[in-house]
Amino acid sequence: MIPAAFEYARASSVEEAVKLLKNYGEDAKVLAGGHSLIPLMRLRLAQPSALVDINGIKGLDQIKESGGKLHIGALARHVSIHNSQVVKDKLPLLAEVAAEVGDNQIRNMGTIGGVVAHADAAGDYPTIALMLDADIVTNKRTIAAKDFFKDIFTTPLAADEIVTEIVFPVANGPHKYIKFRRRLFDWAIVGAAAQKMDGGWRIGLTNVGPTPVRAKAVEEALHKGAKPEEAAQHASDGLNPSGDLRASPEYKKHLARVLTKRAIEQAG
Amino acid sequence: MKHKVATTVNGQRREHEVEPRLLLVHYLRDVVGLTGTHIGCDTSQCGACTVTVDGKAVKSCTMFAVQAEGKSITTIEGMAAKDGTLHPLQQAFWDEHGLQCGFCTPGFIMAASYLLSQNPNPTEDEIRQGLEGNLCRCTGYVNIVKSVQSAAKAMNGSKANAGEHSAAARRS
Repeated sequence: MIPAAFEYARASSVEEAVKLLKNYGEDAKVLAGGHSLIPLMRLRLAQPSALVDINGIKGLDQIKESGGKLHIGALARHVSIHNSQVVKDKLPLLAEVAAEVGDNQIRNMGTIGGVVAHADAAGDYPTIALMLDADIVTNKRTIAAKDFFKDIFTTPLAADEIVTEIVFPVANGPHKYIKFRRRLFDWAIVGAAAQKMDGGWRIGLTNVGPTPVRAKAVEEALHKGAKPEEAAQHASDGLNPSGDLRASPEYKKHLARVLTKRAIEQAG
Repeated sequence: MKHKVATTVNGQRREHEVEPRLLLVHYLRDVVGLTGTHIGCDTSQCGACTVTVDGKAVKSCTMFAVQAEGKSITTIEGMAAKDGTLHPLQQAFWDEHGLQCGFCTPGFIMAASYLLSQNPNPTEDEIRQGLEGNLCRCTGYVNIVKSVQSAAKAMNGSKANAGEHSAAARRS
């Protein structure tokens, strides 16, 4: 399958990429890892008039701790996040989640900035960003994760705005991400994440609605001393997932409860 | 508008003018003329089109040729030695019957070569995990895993031998 024709330009800096996006207009798209965008283009579900390739921007893939926060450059590939000693030390949950994205070939190309900007409901990083109150930094501003994932594939990013880094809190206590799927490299049918942080629990859910979900009712129940299996019953509170080929809404809600329980119990 | 793309494919420098929408797999097969890289699912799932780009395994159906500018690509055609001696992975797939219809084999060998470059001594589990991005519709996974184990052994053996040879050379 061959994508529709488009203009192509490489940017060597964020400023140049923004300028190119401005010139091409609102039908242009940023090309990072391309592993969501290119399949959509091949299926002609996306037909951008131009692609601005940001892969050559030096330093945009940097991973570092600074000011007590973990800064992950937008171009950091899943494989680099998984292998990064800083990530393993400061936010091991994120290193583990990176290993659950796609397969080796996909992890060599896909980027965290791409996943976040794409805002697929089945994306794994958005769940972690939301539940941990991460910040999404662009060339223009800093957006809190809770204000970023507006709807499926929908973010507040302007046409000439590029995600430059994701800033996570440091959290290296007990944690677990469980991604339920039929095949190893699939997207999550449902995913559940648990992270102990600041004396409480953060619980996040993947693919149970148009955006990632923070299961605050579960967090509060745990805070009040509920056992994991009791607290996890609240994981489906207020959820209204849509059914798809792989799971009905009821089954997704069931999975949310079961996986949340397991994630809390298996957090280590 | 066409773009100039200069790559190194299996050690040979290539320069072509291509449309931006040309996928790397089509570039390799139709422009460079190397048809060993197969197109399977065309949806980034099956791994039949796996090649290495600067040593990293990628699915060449999910990358544009223009993105390969300045990069070094290895395809299945670049695995055997110039004199035709098979690469240890190719030999192992032959010896261990790691293929049935053979359609997925180039992708499996390229994905396995990346896996062994990262982890020269993988366990069975690590091999299965490492090849998760490749599908064999004949479901010949047992022998594929055996082939990779056997290749790993052969490659580590030849490294050990090379070490001995060079040690011997130093002694003499």
